[in-house]
Amino acid sequence: MAIRVNGTEVDPPEDARVSLLDLLRERLQLTGTKVGCNQGACGACTVLLDGNRVLSCLTLAVQADGREVTTIEGLADGDGLHPLQAAFIEHDGFQCGYCTPGQICAASAMLREVTEGVPSYVTADLAEEHITLSREEIRERMSGNLCRCGAHNGIIDAILQVATEKAA
Amino acid sequence: MSKVQNAVVGSVRTVLGWVPSQWLPGGTPDPLIARRAAVGRQASRLDGPLKVAGKARFAAEVAVERLTYATLVHSPVARGRITHLDTSAAESAPGVNLVLTYRNMPRIESPALISLSDFSAVGNSALPILQDAEIRYNGQVVALVVAETQEQADHAASLLVIGYAPTKPTTRFQDAQAEARTPESLLVERNHVSVGRAERELARAAHRVDNHYRTPWQNHSAIELHALTVIWDGEDSLTVHDATQMIAPSAVVLAKLFGLKKDQVRVLSPFVGGGFGGKGLWDHQIVAIAAARLLGRPLRLMLTREGVYRIIGGRSPTEQRVAIGADGDGRFTALIHSGHSVMPTYGACPEPFTLGSRALYRAGSFEMLQHHVDLDVVPNTFMRAPGEAIGSFALESAVDELAHEMGIDPIDLRLRNEPERHPISGAPFSQHARRQAFTDGAKRFGWERRQREPGARREGEWRLGLGCATGSFPYARMPGASARITLRRDGAAVVACSAQEMGMGTATVQTQHAADRLGLPVSAVVFKLGDSALPAAPMAGGSSQTASVAGAIIAAAAKLTGELVRLAGNDSPIAGLRAGEVHLVDGGVGAIGDAARHEEYRSILARAGREEITVTATGSPPLEMLKYAMHSTSAIFCELRVSDATGEIRVDRLLGSFDCGTILNPQTAASQFKGGMIMGLGLALTEETLFDERSGRIMNPSLADYHIPVHLDVPEIEVMWTGIPDPRSPLGARGIGEIGITGVAAAVANAVFNATGRRVRELPITLDKLL
Amino acid sequence: MNPVTYQRASSLAEAVRLAESSQLLGGGTNLVDLMRKGVERPSQLTDVTALSAAIAATDDGRLVIGAAARNSAVAAHPLVRSRHPMLSRAILAGASAQVRNMATVGGNLMQRTRCLYFADVAGSRCNKRQPGSGCDAAGGFERYHAIIGASPACSATHPSDMCVALAALDADVRIVGPAGKRTVALVDFHRLPEDRPDQETALKQGEVIEAIEIPDAPFAARSDYRKVRDRASYAFALVSVASGLTLREGRIDEIRIAFGGIAPKPWRAYRAEAALRGVVPTAEAFKAAADLELAEATPLAGNAFKIALAKRTLAAVLTDLSGDDR
Repeated sequence: MAIRVNGTEVDPPEDARVSLLDLLRERLQLTGTKVGCNQGACGACTVLLDGNRVLSCLTLAVQADGREVTTIEGLADGDGLHPLQAAFIEHDGFQCGYCTPGQICAASAMLREVTEGVPSYVTADLAEEHITLSREEIRERMSGNLCRCGAHNGIIDAILQVATEKAA
Repeated sequence: MSKVQNAVVGSVRTVLGWVPSQWLPGGTPDPLIARRAAVGRQASRLDGPLKVAGKARFAAEVAVERLTYATLVHSPVARGRITHLDTSAAESAPGVNLVLTYRNMPRIESPALISLSDFSAVGNSALPILQDAEIRYNGQVVALVVAETQEQADHAASLLVIGYAPTKPTTRFQDAQAEARTPESLLVERNHVSVGRAERELARAAHRVDNHYRTPWQNHSAIELHALTVIWDGEDSLTVHDATQMIAPSAVVLAKLFGLKKDQVRVLSPFVGGGFGGKGLWDHQIVAIAAARLLGRPLRLMLTREGVYRIIGGRSPTEQRVAIGADGDGRFTALIHSGHSVMPTYGACPEPFTLGSRALYRAGSFEMLQHHVDLDVVPNTFMRAPGEAIGSFALESAVDELAHEMGIDPIDLRLRNEPERHPISGAPFSQHARRQAFTDGAKRFGWERRQREPGARREGEWRLGLGCATGSFPYARMPGASARITLRRDGAAVVACSAQEMGMGTATVQTQHAADRLGLPVSAVVFKLGDSALPAAPMAGGSSQTASVAGAIIAAAAKLTGELVRLAGNDSPIAGLRAGEVHLVDGGVGAIGDAARHEEYRSILARAGREEITVTATGSPPLEMLKYAMHSTSAIFCELRVSDATGEIRVDRLLGSFDCGTILNPQTAASQFKGGMIMGLGLALTEETLFDERSGRIMNPSLADYHIPVHLDVPEIEVMWTGIPDPRSPLGARGIGEIGITGVAAAVANAVFNATGRRVRELPITLDKLL
Repeated sequence: MNPVTYQRASSLAEAVRLAESSQLLGGGTNLVDLMRKGVERPSQLTDVTALSAAIAATDDGRLVIGAAARNSAVAAHPLVRSRHPMLSRAILAGASAQVRNMATVGGNLMQRTRCLYFADVAGSRCNKRQPGSGCDAAGGFERYHAIIGASPACSATHPSDMCVALAALDADVRIVGPAGKRTVALVDFHRLPEDRPDQETALKQGEVIEAIEIPDAPFAARSDYRKVRDRASYAFALVSVASGLTLREGRIDEIRIAFGGIAPKPWRAYRAEAALRGVVPTAEAFKAAADLELAEATPLAGNAFKIALAKRTLAAVLTDLSGDDR
């Protein structure tokens, strides 16, 4: 078995205590995934596991064995920027840039969840299959990603723009 | 950091006699105020592509061979002594390289405390660092464990056996208030301000309010954890990749502590994942650097989030009294602001909550005095707008209370007391348009929709309210900022200094500035920062970095101009002109007022046979601060809902109208303003460090339990500005990093009152206070 | 974190065999955090996420959810959203999307309190971590602690949102152990602390949660969950209410109510339910029922507000559920 990280196969660590986060950062030098708390409380370490957003700090690397991990370094096709990355720059969706990779990874999965009709706590009618993406919906769905510089408005603007372009 | 301003003034006064000044107050305003091209333009962050791709390398992300990993161990008691220390199990655990305790820690001094007369003194605590068995606060570092992997170090740390003989700590604020100290000064500003007989004026005022306000412990909570990667090359060359907002000062201090020459220490910090006052020099850097030297291996230490709460001080709690007396027309006859904050004797940073109140309003009499409560705690430090952020909560709540009691619109009451000059010093304002900020802001916000009677607006289970407040934050430019300009023959320039980029946009804005200063397109300018090997910039603090670095670039550009004039010689269109008669424009040197006399840099350098010219210069002393009262000011407006059922508060709108001089980059400036305002929402509604007064222990050392605002807490925020240049500052700009948070808590509290009729005088305004 | 071995159970039988000597690992969102804090110190982990994660209705209309189902999958499932919306909403109120994608239903049932003193291994005494050692939460920060069902030994609350809805939905927990299968009602699965706050559930060593079952019922289709907390999202409940009801001829017919955030376990409000059956839904009736339910609430120094908050939140939820637009 192996962990596929951004398309490359990696051996799971011998030491079962190693988190997926530490595997990425300390053993694979994929430092785009950030450590904000190691407590599952900030979202900075968000990666995609088989396409779903998860916290890599609370995931033991061995749990990812046989699964596909996508990090900020593997989000875009080729060397260009993912539309979300470009939109974050355009809307100034960050200042220090530390929570940014986690925000972007989370946003990419969130947009897919929305197209699949996944509801949120603020969705009025849970039985409704189609989700109307309001600012409030995005804000609730992104609330697992903390930002301390206060780039919240720019982040939501960037996501909304990409969502609108996707829908168009 | 309003004391920065006063400190700077103090230190400048002492050197005024001999420092040559090119840029005196009363002189000509910076010519770029009128002539800017890139400055003032919207521009995306130049470091944006790196940050969104995860390629910006932070301090803990530098790849190093033979790296070791470290973990800190903290004391669980507040006072006492270590009586038993068994490191054997930890030392024999797999992968362990070193267990450092007070027994084997090299004898080392503590860094000199932050002082505004010595800008390289940056220590936050005078306590010894792992030097003895004494425990002085709960959370103190008692050991560092180093191993081959982080997992091994963490596990070994849990195997340390430490016995303590605890003694009774002083950890209760109210108990310690009885023995509070009354300092002569708050850093260099005098503590006690007494103008007229304020208590007497208050007692006989036609209208008065007199109340107490409380604010809690808080922590900066930057998302990047404090971290450093230490590399010793032999015994006398130290490289530290640190997450710091004080690069050059740290290098100076570390050299002194570790017995090195200044050029043997290099501190690198090109990206910092948020600072807000918390990313200074604390115990962890000293311990990690000492351990790496003992071990002879590179070492990485990243604090745990719990560790950040344990050993990095936050904002002090306060208990404040604000009393205002007013005559029948609402003119203030007395303004009293006093109270207590924590400052241990070994700390360096007072929480100067009364300073903001000295600059905001005209009043017939003033009385201001602060007291310091001495507790056994990790020393508190500066956190975004120290003093002003929470002092303005008290003052601006009180003004709202007075307005309500008098039946006057709160904006009107404020404008009736708008000062013409600085209310205490009498100095003229360099530029002051708060009235306009208020008027423009109120119009855009729709202030007229506010119902004067509290609780008058309802939608379903929600009560709606509007509130406003004002903020004031002093301008500061630090002396001693240096910059180097290298102008190449191809017409490109590299500008460099050790400035900090923590997300404020420094790299972007100073590139824009340097381009205009040198008459070059932005694409031809590279601005380098984040490295102590570059000419020294002061620490990032007090909203001063932009002006300080700009002042240094101005000085370097002036020096470069002189060099170019000299190099141009007699065969140039500018021949015969002196440095003062030319400016740098259109990629070369041109005569002021005569566009025909101009020569491009590449031509001058080619003729002189030079590949490049390099000049380094230090900014002029900030004399402008001596003569003028210089303050960024704001009007903050808030609209919110309070649930009648649950007391939950939802902020629907927040608008900031600012008067901060020239806005250098609308996009990054808007982000700075909004960022401050959002931190203000946290201050108002959710943030509190839970300090257990029984044990002196912080009980919520986690981002799950210390509640910074999440996306759903943050509405769309509007910001606007007067944009009127300040004729006394570089580029006409004043600081914008801390004015955003100032006033927000009061605007929220005032809106809560307007919605519910409930006056909450204790932060944070949690729902239980509204049930 | 102590050294630990990791293995995956590929079948329920294997999980039961391994459960005797190891700790079961679901998504890890709580366990890994507690291991890092030193609260949990297993030497062997058995990953049970390969077991059944199926969500399906049986012929008699009961909904069966495999213990390995991710929280997010349950919340998004069309049957849950249409038949048991309070469960969907409760799950969506918990943690963040990332955590819900990881967390399993079985793990959610087993999650431990967020009491600040429970988490503080180095600095605080805790009867839940070490029975008989004392409780430093008493007299400390008790904002998130219980107002009902607590004991002198422990007043920590159960943090789950999902379990509050399951309590209101009459859900059962299907358990498999060395002695075979058994079923425990969700309301009996978690226990009150009394003098053994370390014993939190009915699950015995060696037993594995296989699935939960929820009966289909009209009240469940007309149901909702409201969570009141210290920030708008991503925070644990101060008070939450799960409720569902049916009306007949202008009176409440069937009703279920459960509270979160106020007790050491999801608090099924039987007394309030009984008081409201057959009653015309009015603000007065809601208040009377809430008063009855919380008559024996004994608040601590820092959480007296929860009594009023719980009553008012319940009234708000019931007003909404009994309104015409439902």
